[in-house]
Amino acid sequence: MGKAQLMRKIALGLAGFFLISSFSISGSALAAGTSSILAGEIKDSTSTPLPGVRIKLTGPNGFATQLTSDQMGKWQVKVTSTGIYDVTLDQTSLPSGQALTDVTKATRKINVLMLGTTLTVLFPIGPGTEKTPILDQSAQLLADGLILGIIIALAALGLNLVFGTTGLTNFAHGELLTLGGLLTYFFSAVAGLPVFAAIPVAVALSALIGGYLQDRLLWKPLRKRGTGLIAMLVVSIGFAIFVRYVFLFIFSGDTRQLPQFAGQAGLEIGLVSITPKSIMSTSVGLLLLIGATLWLLRSKMGKASRAVADNPALAAASGIEVEAVIRSVWILGAFLAGFAGIMVTLNQGVSFLMGQDMLLLIFAAVTLGGLGTAYGALVGSLVIGVLIQLSTLIIPTELKYVGALLILIIILLVRPQGILGRKERVG
Amino acid sequence: MDFIFIAQQSFSAALGVNTIIFALAAIGLNMHFGYTGLLNFGQAGFLAVGAYSVATLVVSFNFPLWAALLAGILNSVILALLLGLPTLRLRADYLAIVTIAAAEIIRQIARSATFNKYLGGSDGITGKFGKDFFALNPFKSGLNTPFLRYNGNDLWVVVTGWALVIVVLFVMWLLVRSPWGRVLKSIREDEEAVRSLGKNVYLYKMQSLIIGGIVGSFAGFVYALSRQSVQPDNYGTALTFFAYTVLILGGAARVFAPIAGSIIFWFLLVFIEQMLRQAVSAGYIPEWLIGVNQVGQIRFMLVGLGLMMLMIFRPQGIFGDRKELALDARA
Repeated sequence: MGKAQLMRKIALGLAGFFLISSFSISGSALAAGTSSILAGEIKDSTSTPLPGVRIKLTGPNGFATQLTSDQMGKWQVKVTSTGIYDVTLDQTSLPSGQALTDVTKATRKINVLMLGTTLTVLFPIGPGTEKTPILDQSAQLLADGLILGIIIALAALGLNLVFGTTGLTNFAHGELLTLGGLLTYFFSAVAGLPVFAAIPVAVALSALIGGYLQDRLLWKPLRKRGTGLIAMLVVSIGFAIFVRYVFLFIFSGDTRQLPQFAGQAGLEIGLVSITPKSIMSTSVGLLLLIGATLWLLRSKMGKASRAVADNPALAAASGIEVEAVIRSVWILGAFLAGFAGIMVTLNQGVSFLMGQDMLLLIFAAVTLGGLGTAYGALVGSLVIGVLIQLSTLIIPTELKYVGALLILIIILLVRPQGILGRKERVG
Repeated sequence: MDFIFIAQQSFSAALGVNTIIFALAAIGLNMHFGYTGLLNFGQAGFLAVGAYSVATLVVSFNFPLWAALLAGILNSVILALLLGLPTLRLRADYLAIVTIAAAEIIRQIARSATFNKYLGGSDGITGKFGKDFFALNPFKSGLNTPFLRYNGNDLWVVVTGWALVIVVLFVMWLLVRSPWGRVLKSIREDEEAVRSLGKNVYLYKMQSLIIGGIVGSFAGFVYALSRQSVQPDNYGTALTFFAYTVLILGGAARVFAPIAGSIIFWFLLVFIEQMLRQAVSAGYIPEWLIGVNQVGQIRFMLVGLGLMMLMIFRPQGIFGDRKELALDARA
């Protein structure tokens, strides 16, 4: 999700809940002046600024000018008379692979009603369908989808393990991703560690704070109290809201980029272009996933966690220390989710809303694979990740998450237990 | 610190437009969650459908306002049917995930550039779609007393809004006291038992979803009309969660709880915000600790913390009955 979009989200979200009294301020326009500014920001669907895109303007009294977007993808023109201006984006100047999502909207008519205002002209841009051959495009999307799938899988595994062992549907799981990302940002950009050193520290702290301490201080006491599962679900919502705004309070609403590797040219590998940082982080992510799976399959604790998920009472009766299992599941889950957050941060920066934005995708993946089944989460995540990216071949990029959520609903219609879930009554 | 101003702001908010919106949203949720035990996390979707029906139909299709309102109700029924069909057979936690996904689908479609022409994209729709409504306003001059202060349009929204709330509440009261309402409560308590008595549980749940959804769309009408604009990001998951906070604060499965919850919620929210704001600007709270524009964030932290604490220590809320809560079942 893009920075501008996030900022707008924050602004609107806050504005939406403001008092009626403060509402009157929002309409205040600039005082009338002698000129107006037409401006815009040209960005692709991932909010990467696109420099060097040509914009042509024509207006009343023979006004005509041409300019190109700057390094931040921004452009602006001062106009001195009111009237209708035609703003045209030169589609041939877009970088390859990028195109207007609606090619009929290359020219926008902007009506400057009075001077002294700033008018923003936006051109929605997404991966182009015209310029790149469909095969290249599919290959690229497949690669992007697999990376996204691995990110979701890292996050989903923990959510599913916690659900399996404790029955908690954790709406605060997304905040674990944000925690990982923000810690990395803190240790690299604020404390000055190199990113390579900041990542292990952040992951370890994620596991400690987000996993061990969270379970110890919040969920374990609640389990002891015998709090109902729906009540715990609502508690997790409250906790998510609380943590999210603590993050906002500390780190403000900006999308933060790591001091290193923020912009990186892609490597051309066969049909696809991937940044080195993506290759590195995805490889580590994949190793972590394999490690976690082996842990579940082979280690004593892993086996015990599956036993607890299956039947906690029986597991306890057969000598498994259920609390210890739950503790390790929390630590593992937070560890993996923290790394997933770091992967997102490396690619698109981190803001306090990152976890919230990812949460529904994680839920979709988990539900798709089967709630409570560890391997189901892996399969579901890869399917969701790839489907989200490939769906942009057919539907507009901005609606790709809608597609994923629709798939979730459809799957529940035909196979409520998910792909790998056991057939049991879920309704 | 200007305590008169703080009191005026807080009391005006306690009876204000937002209170009405959240009371209506929570009344709908009370039908779903409080009485039927349906964990609907997509209430924001119903509000969005109500609000966008009014705005889009009047602005883009030149419907008269009354027709747009009727269409809004119809659309919320359609949404309830679409939502209920796949989900009502599912377990509570699945229902929660699917409804939240559905609401998010609605929001993302509303903010997409693809449907920009009709739904206004991420900026939403601003226009005079409520002018028929405000033309009827007898209180042009507004209200300005030490405790309550509204401008003319807000006063009209507040008066009609509370009238709507009272009517809706009365209907709810009749409904939950009826045999139909008792079936709903027994579904919440034990679905299997109700099924074994030969009741069509699915049908009852669907009816509950539809009625609660219609009330949710009323909240959307008030939201849209009071601001004369709709913006997609106002209808995010936070709206649903706040409505839940309001409901749980008042006490789920109590007819009056949503109103009480909403009044207390908004009073506290505005009171705390104004106190903090004034304390910061008067220098009682150092600037490095809380900046003036961070006060809003503290508010949200408190909402989250409040929801947690309520659920842990007093899940029945202020007026609720602990026995009447579908919270203890293994989901």
